[in-house]
Amino acid sequence: MSFPWARQYEPKNPVMQWIDSRLPLPRFVYNAVGAGYPVPRNLNYFWNFGVLAGVALVVQIVTGIVLAMHFHSSAAGAFESINVGIMRDVNAGWFLRFAHANGASMFFIVVYIHIFRGLYYGSYKAPREMVWLMGVVIFLLLMATAFMGYVLPWGQMSFWGAQVITGFFSAIPVVGEWIRVWLLGGYAPDDAALNRFFSLHYLLPFVIAGAVILHIWALHIPGSGNPTGVEVKGEQDTVPFHPYYTAKDGFGVGVFMIAFALLIFFWPDLLGHPDNYIPANPLSTPAHIVPEWYFWPFYAILRAFTADFIIPAKLWGVIAMFGSILLLFFLPWLDKSPVRSANYRPGYRIAFWVLLVDVLLLGWCGGSPATPFFIILSQVTAAYYFAHFLIIVPIISRLETPKPLPNSITEAVLGDQGGSRMSETALSA
Amino acid sequence: MLPLFMRSIKFLVGLAFIGVLMIALFGSVMGLIKEPPQPTAEEEIHKHPKELHLASDGPLGKWDLAALQRGFLVYEKVCASCHSLNLVSFRNLADLGYSEPEIKKIAADWPIKQPVQDPKTGVWGERDNLPSDRFPKVYYPGTGTPPDLSLIAKARHDGAAYVYSLLTGYGEKPTAEQIKQFPEFAKPPEGMYFNPYFANLNISMPPPLTSEGQVTYSDGTRATVDQMAKDVAAFLVWTAEPTMQTRHRAGLAVVLFLLIATGLAYGAYLTVWRGVKH
Repeated sequence: MSFPWARQYEPKNPVMQWIDSRLPLPRFVYNAVGAGYPVPRNLNYFWNFGVLAGVALVVQIVTGIVLAMHFHSSAAGAFESINVGIMRDVNAGWFLRFAHANGASMFFIVVYIHIFRGLYYGSYKAPREMVWLMGVVIFLLLMATAFMGYVLPWGQMSFWGAQVITGFFSAIPVVGEWIRVWLLGGYAPDDAALNRFFSLHYLLPFVIAGAVILHIWALHIPGSGNPTGVEVKGEQDTVPFHPYYTAKDGFGVGVFMIAFALLIFFWPDLLGHPDNYIPANPLSTPAHIVPEWYFWPFYAILRAFTADFIIPAKLWGVIAMFGSILLLFFLPWLDKSPVRSANYRPGYRIAFWVLLVDVLLLGWCGGSPATPFFIILSQVTAAYYFAHFLIIVPIISRLETPKPLPNSITEAVLGDQGGSRMSETALSA
Repeated sequence: MLPLFMRSIKFLVGLAFIGVLMIALFGSVMGLIKEPPQPTAEEEIHKHPKELHLASDGPLGKWDLAALQRGFLVYEKVCASCHSLNLVSFRNLADLGYSEPEIKKIAADWPIKQPVQDPKTGVWGERDNLPSDRFPKVYYPGTGTPPDLSLIAKARHDGAAYVYSLLTGYGEKPTAEQIKQFPEFAKPPEGMYFNPYFANLNISMPPPLTSEGQVTYSDGTRATVDQMAKDVAAFLVWTAEPTMQTRHRAGLAVVLFLLIATGLAYGAYLTVWRGVKH
């Protein structure tokens, strides 16, 4: 693992020497996020978002552990324990609650940028397929955790969201209804469902933390990618992670925290739904049931399937919704182009931007009421979503003529995207 | 044969999803042509809340204690007979500037009492409210279920303006043209009242604020219907989040700190990278 010129951990302090020779944990950290990890020198700000996602995970775990100390996981007590206990009586409870609720949104914003960064720069390609696969696993775990967390305040959207999402399973032929009842522990969301969601909501973040360790481990085998997509050729192409990228990430974390603080302190309800301030009422269905914003594109895909073709429309919708995420697992083998970065792939670059607009449109549809206009728009955009990954990208990767790549990262850096023809020896300083 | 199938399976899966979506799209478009969507009464008559400006608005909003006290008076004299405020305690009124003896008196004089069960006999009785009690639940025998008002300003889109608009919206009637289009709105059903700011357009709540001077403000403010509606809206913003002003103040300090820290972090970043082209 790592490059031959990576710095070795040589502790001067006798205590650290003593620890390192018995349990090389300091060495492990040094090689993972310290001076022992050489990183391409040309990373742009989009490479900050991996660290930011890690920060968001830590924020969610810390605020969540304290919130759990004050939360009553019962259908009778959950709403009050949050809206009276935590929001009014616990010291700075309002801060913890708003930080946790908006922290989920910040987590998804950061993760979506991180994923689209990977799509643009071909981060999923050999030899980094495993990094990508672990990333998709983390994304799935994150969605499950966020969904179960949103149920816990036991407001109207919590209750009806749980009703709708667990209803997906009843689309499975024959055993569907039985599975739904088994998952909920009853015929409708109630104490049993709330308690198991709380238990799993507390468990899954630690599973995510484990998956994150695997994600980073897999990353450190080939090392980080970079905006040119050209692999590291020599020492002149890299800088040590510390202090270069710790300093850059420090600035990135600052900007992230400013945006996060603006949400928490000044617009804490901006991304939430007013209906979740109404206690759950099984007898009153809200006019429009919508999930949290980060699920909107997938919710739009679910609702786009309105025709019973061989199997019921609902089952098509559920298969397509899960399929839209699961197909990401196959992306490294769908895109066969050896060129990673879209900077050098004119055809793929257009497809990338169209996909981004397509997903934003899907999100718009998913957050809007199911009027004919939004249903038709979601049918077109959902079709394009599948076409992008399963048809357009495989064809482009075969037909496209990429632009000439720079010979090395250093050449790209010093000659502004491969314009200069300086020899590498002249640069290695 | 098999390798070809394996190679084209992505296209087959993609075409299956796209095909089913195109069938669905055809159905949606045909449905739209056969039955063009009719405008609903909700779209045509329902109105967005009127504009309302309160001291608590915006990222730096503060409480206007005089307005909150007036709003509490409106709640006490008008709303409280049907709507509970069950997430708020009497002791919380200290935030509005009431003294301890005043709060004790408000709690003790509150017409709805706290239910208590005699531990010896098991018989239910009542006792006066204490400052530590929540505002008691209200049991309403009539039609409709008056919602608890504690969180109403957060539980509706543009909550404060919604409350203000609803309370002052009873005078408005559907236009002749709208009645021609939706004849059922010529006259509200028995026991209902037309209000264009309410989602269903007809509401069970009779107009609560009807005449000037319905409550008597001790600070000399004229108690017009508009003023009372505004004050009770301001009060309900407070009940929905009594810690809002603390949040704004803390936020200013936090953002100021973060701006300085991030500025320093940017400086550190430039210093570390000086001389390294990237």
